[in-house]
Amino acid sequence: MRTLLVVFCKEFLENLRDRRTLLSALLFGPLFGPILFGVMVSRMLEQSVVESDVPLKVTISGSGHASGLTQYLKARGVKLAEKELSENEARAAVRGGTAQVVLLVPEEYPQLFSAAKPAPVLLFADSADSQTRKLADRARGILGAYASSIAQLRLEMRGVSPLLSLPLTVNEVDVATPTGRAVVVLGFMTYFVLFALLMGGLYLAIDSTAGERERGSLEALLSLPVSRSALVGGKILATCAYMCISLALSLTAFVCVFRFVPLERVGMSANLGFETALIFFAICLPFVPLGATLMTLVASFTRTYREAQTYLTTVLLVPTLPIAFASIYSLKTKSSLMFIPSLSQHLLMTSVLKDEPIVLADILVSAAASLGLALVLFVLTARHWRRESMLG
Amino acid sequence: MIQAMSLSKRFGSIEAARDVSFVARDGEITGLLGANGAGKSTCLRMLYGVLAPDKGRACIDGIDIRGETSQARAHLGVLPHAAGLYNNLTARENIRYFGSLHGMTAQRLTARTAELSRALAMDEFIERRAKGFSQGQRIKVALARALVHDPGNIVLDEPTNGLDVMAIRNLREMLLALKGQGRCVLFSSHVMQEVAALCDRVVIIGRGRVLADATVQAIRERSGAATLEEAFLQVLGDTEGVA
Repeated sequence: MRTLLVVFCKEFLENLRDRRTLLSALLFGPLFGPILFGVMVSRMLEQSVVESDVPLKVTISGSGHASGLTQYLKARGVKLAEKELSENEARAAVRGGTAQVVLLVPEEYPQLFSAAKPAPVLLFADSADSQTRKLADRARGILGAYASSIAQLRLEMRGVSPLLSLPLTVNEVDVATPTGRAVVVLGFMTYFVLFALLMGGLYLAIDSTAGERERGSLEALLSLPVSRSALVGGKILATCAYMCISLALSLTAFVCVFRFVPLERVGMSANLGFETALIFFAICLPFVPLGATLMTLVASFTRTYREAQTYLTTVLLVPTLPIAFASIYSLKTKSSLMFIPSLSQHLLMTSVLKDEPIVLADILVSAAASLGLALVLFVLTARHWRRESMLG
Repeated sequence: MIQAMSLSKRFGSIEAARDVSFVARDGEITGLLGANGAGKSTCLRMLYGVLAPDKGRACIDGIDIRGETSQARAHLGVLPHAAGLYNNLTARENIRYFGSLHGMTAQRLTARTAELSRALAMDEFIERRAKGFSQGQRIKVALARALVHDPGNIVLDEPTNGLDVMAIRNLREMLLALKGQGRCVLFSSHVMQEVAALCDRVVIIGRGRVLADATVQAIRERSGAATLEEAFLQVLGDTEGVA
């Protein structure tokens, strides 16, 4: 017990003086995620808000053939740029980027239109470009609205009720709560939280194992009259401490960042105050010893800092696998999934974000599963530290 | 007193030590001389208990290192081949860390560190972080770390490696001082002059076996060689490269 404490204090202090550890544990890990995320999300949100506000610009060719359509478009706020183009020129203009959407009215349009036959118009856009695809969608919508209003007029003129052409009226009811909608966006957040948590302990896990070996202090340490389990336990404990600090900083940063993200402007609200952050902390806490033992175990097998870094970068990806799996199959919080560490934390945090009720048993199972696995990994680590090959 | 009793160790097909027996007595400096790869480190590692011998026993002051590791190690200070320090800790913190792990009280640690700092002339840099220490300063701190719990026996694995002439000379004086205090000093080296200049007894190791175990004088007499160097070369069978 005393050994554990002595090792813990020394590792904690030593790494507090190490710029590399501090940068990754207290700066890069916890702040990189939230800031990147905040910038990304507010950009995305701003774009979706801005797009419907900005008038649609369409280059129209042959507007003289369709004065009714032209007026309708203008009335709907479309900015028309008139330019006479052939079909090939229109195609080249869109491809070359001089025009985003081109509407071409052919010569036969007025004749067919007045004969009440389908009159063709050509809409040029690049569907590979997500930006112009959205513009083309809007143009298509306005054209469709024009077409159906003309159709109704024609029916009325022939004494037929236009209602006959509307056998269905579809009213969509969106049940997503403002918070629920935000979850789609905030879903990535759990990954950043777990990432920050692991980053916090990464360098300490390396420094206290491979680093100890590389700088040649390991053999002196192993020849002391102390239990190896206590030795490695103290190291893991120090790693845990840094991970907790990193986790707390990361959550605080997220809370702060979301104060500035304009989620309300698109009718979303983020259920992320300090209370939620505290719940997140509690949910993630059992994952801390698991991450620490996993990183320490892997790093114990390596000989140099560099080698350890290579392997641990891969380890950083391991917790993301279940999360990726969950979003591909859009898994919902289920008790049976609480046995899988990282996935269970992800699902629980997502549930909290969605304001869904959380079963206490789920939290307990999630914690027990993570801690159980951590214990298994600790036993393996301690056993490895007792082996002669540890000397290297 | 350090006793090696028929220590044997294999690593796969390589026989690193075979039936190694010798005694390092209190108040004497015992040198373990051998070429690189002769098995010196393996022997020492079995003596301080980080390697388990396949056969044989090692005792520190009569306590079996494998049986009662903790008690035996309390009587033993170790300066391994790689004696790195923690660069972000000061010299004092490096020493105190090992003392704490030996279970020493804070009070005793403070007294002992002051004592060692004075004895090894470390007062000048004791509060400085180990980053940027010279080799000579490093070996002093590492030696203080090994001696912090005031052990009666001390094992040093090639302590002069990488040291400059001044530092080697300092180290030699430190070892002689330890001997003067009645401690048992056992150190390994592949440098013949070093062993000859310092040791009371020499154990020569080649291919994992003890080739000679006697005083420097006795080895020379027995081989009938005129100089020490020739005597060593004869014992080693002229095949091992001892510098």
